[in-house]
Amino acid sequence: MSECLLEVKELCTYFHTDAGEVKAVNGVSFTLEAGKILGIVGESGSGKSVTAYSIMQILAENGRIASGEILYKGQDVAKYNKNQLKGFRGKVCSIIFQDPMTSLNPVFTIGNQLEEAILLHTDKNKEQAKARAIEILTLVGVNEPEKRLKQYPHELSGGMRQRVMIAMALVCEPDILIADEPTTALDVTIQAQILELMQELQKKLGMAIILVTHDLGVIADMCDEIIVMYGGRVCERGNAEDIFYHPKHEYTKGLLRSIPSITNAKQKLIPIAGTPINLLNMPKGCAFCSRCDAAMKICLTEIPEEMRLSETHLASCWLNFKAQMEEGGAGK
Amino acid sequence: MSGTDNLLEVRDLKQYFPIKTGMFQTTPLKAVDGVSFAIKPGETLGLVGESGCGKTTVGRSLLRLYKPTGGQVFFEGEEVTDANMTALRKKMQMVFQDPYSSLNPRMTVEDIIGEPLDVHKLYNGKKERRDKILNLMELVGLNAEHATRYAHEFSGGQRQRIGIARALAVDPKFIVCDEPVSALDVSIQAQVINMFEELKEKLGVAYLFIAHDLLVVHHIADRIAVMYLGKIVEVAKADDLNLSPMHPYTLSLLSAIPIPDPHIAHSRQRIILEGDVPSPMNLPTGCSFRTRCQYATERCAKECPTLTDRGDGHFVACFNK
Repeated sequence: MSECLLEVKELCTYFHTDAGEVKAVNGVSFTLEAGKILGIVGESGSGKSVTAYSIMQILAENGRIASGEILYKGQDVAKYNKNQLKGFRGKVCSIIFQDPMTSLNPVFTIGNQLEEAILLHTDKNKEQAKARAIEILTLVGVNEPEKRLKQYPHELSGGMRQRVMIAMALVCEPDILIADEPTTALDVTIQAQILELMQELQKKLGMAIILVTHDLGVIADMCDEIIVMYGGRVCERGNAEDIFYHPKHEYTKGLLRSIPSITNAKQKLIPIAGTPINLLNMPKGCAFCSRCDAAMKICLTEIPEEMRLSETHLASCWLNFKAQMEEGGAGK
Repeated sequence: MSGTDNLLEVRDLKQYFPIKTGMFQTTPLKAVDGVSFAIKPGETLGLVGESGCGKTTVGRSLLRLYKPTGGQVFFEGEEVTDANMTALRKKMQMVFQDPYSSLNPRMTVEDIIGEPLDVHKLYNGKKERRDKILNLMELVGLNAEHATRYAHEFSGGQRQRIGIARALAVDPKFIVCDEPVSALDVSIQAQVINMFEELKEKLGVAYLFIAHDLLVVHHIADRIAVMYLGKIVEVAKADDLNLSPMHPYTLSLLSAIPIPDPHIAHSRQRIILEGDVPSPMNLPTGCSFRTRCQYATERCAKECPTLTDRGDGHFVACFNK
């Protein structure tokens, strides 16, 4: 087993709203190993982005980490002071966002924004910073980098902007890159370019990536390890093989059944019934139970524990306990 | 592609938008540049392409939400003009992409669905109006008790159902569906796709289904047209297009789709296109795909390929394939 870079333990992130407390993340734990790509998949409101924002400590003002730890090299990031955070963000851990138009500053040039990050985190002077900016733009495949430095974000296409965002995130060679829906706003052919670029850079620079997305296709292509989230909790985790070919949580199974593929074109899709969960009004038991066909009595009242199914594969579903008991019974 | 049994026929549709490029100067942006196709009654034609290729503009121009710059649209053999546009909208409707901005936040669901009925005067008396609305709500799987609620009280999937009920209110024969599921979560997307298919079986309505997601389109469409920079580059039956694509752009589009199956995802050959889509203000000469095409020859720069029949309803616009 390789080195554990980041450990998230029982993370709970709540938001205070007029309608009540929204428990966006409700006890999420995972470890990120150096040089690995971890995928977090879920639909809107599952808490996947909030988990990423909690690690970066960039929650909205009404949000707070209610409990849990985010350990980087044994230190809790949630307890960092302003100065420590400055060193953490950008240098240790960087983030790229979904929409490259709104996450770049429209009134500064690309060069200005890239060099700012370099000057802030290293002791390079202006000239060296410019050279580094050109170097990093070349690395992410931006053509004519000298010219781009003088341009403003609106002069670039969506794919180019996302490359600039990636360049900005990587400019100080962080250990961890968080990518929050990095290709959702892009067209498929540009998405393919960006995903390939991320894989290439990951191999070249050796950083760990947390890839947050709703797209199971992107996950299948990119990730070593996968976490499936629903209603602020982890419902299943494992490697690509486990999740895609041996799903053991009813939500994961439902998700995989409901997406159109080349092979099921003439069959009816099997949707997940019901509507997404209301975080203001969480059920007492399993978050998914109201939409689950196989729900049992216990699912309504008790939150399922995580059960280890193999060395890599864990799932939180009472059905697995039932299956285990039946197997045990049959064995006797 | 012509025939009298077509429900809708589009001939050489052009839609240019004037863009100011100087104080007294405008340059046309060729959003749609000579598109022709036909749809039979009860048929679903999928229209795919990347953002900016003109697929949404085609849908809007058909319904004369824009006044086309050139070309003709025939519906049941009758040419769509400014004069008969309102009457024809009783037969042609539209479902929009964003279920949040396409519903009036100050109207109740009942009024949203009832508005087309009001416009076309399709009822006698209040009771009939209400009955029709409740029937429509049931048809799209909405709870009748929710008729007096406002759009913001519903989730994305339910809102899209309201938009569909509104389109169905006039009992149309043809609906333009402009990215109707792309704003929805995957688990909800499947519900709405199934509903579109059920409605098609039940009501025999034809769709122009516009989307960027080829897998979704493949699931719902009988035939698929692929657009690139204002032109259709390939049309074929859904299975033919997916299993034996011919145009280099379709090939790369198919290979770029992320497939939710790790074994296939890791084993297949990817064609990654270089560069970005050229600006529609400044199109390349000849074939507009040639700047990103690995098969491009000199001829591609000089001439613009037209759609040619490759047998069994498979049309491709390419010299080299």
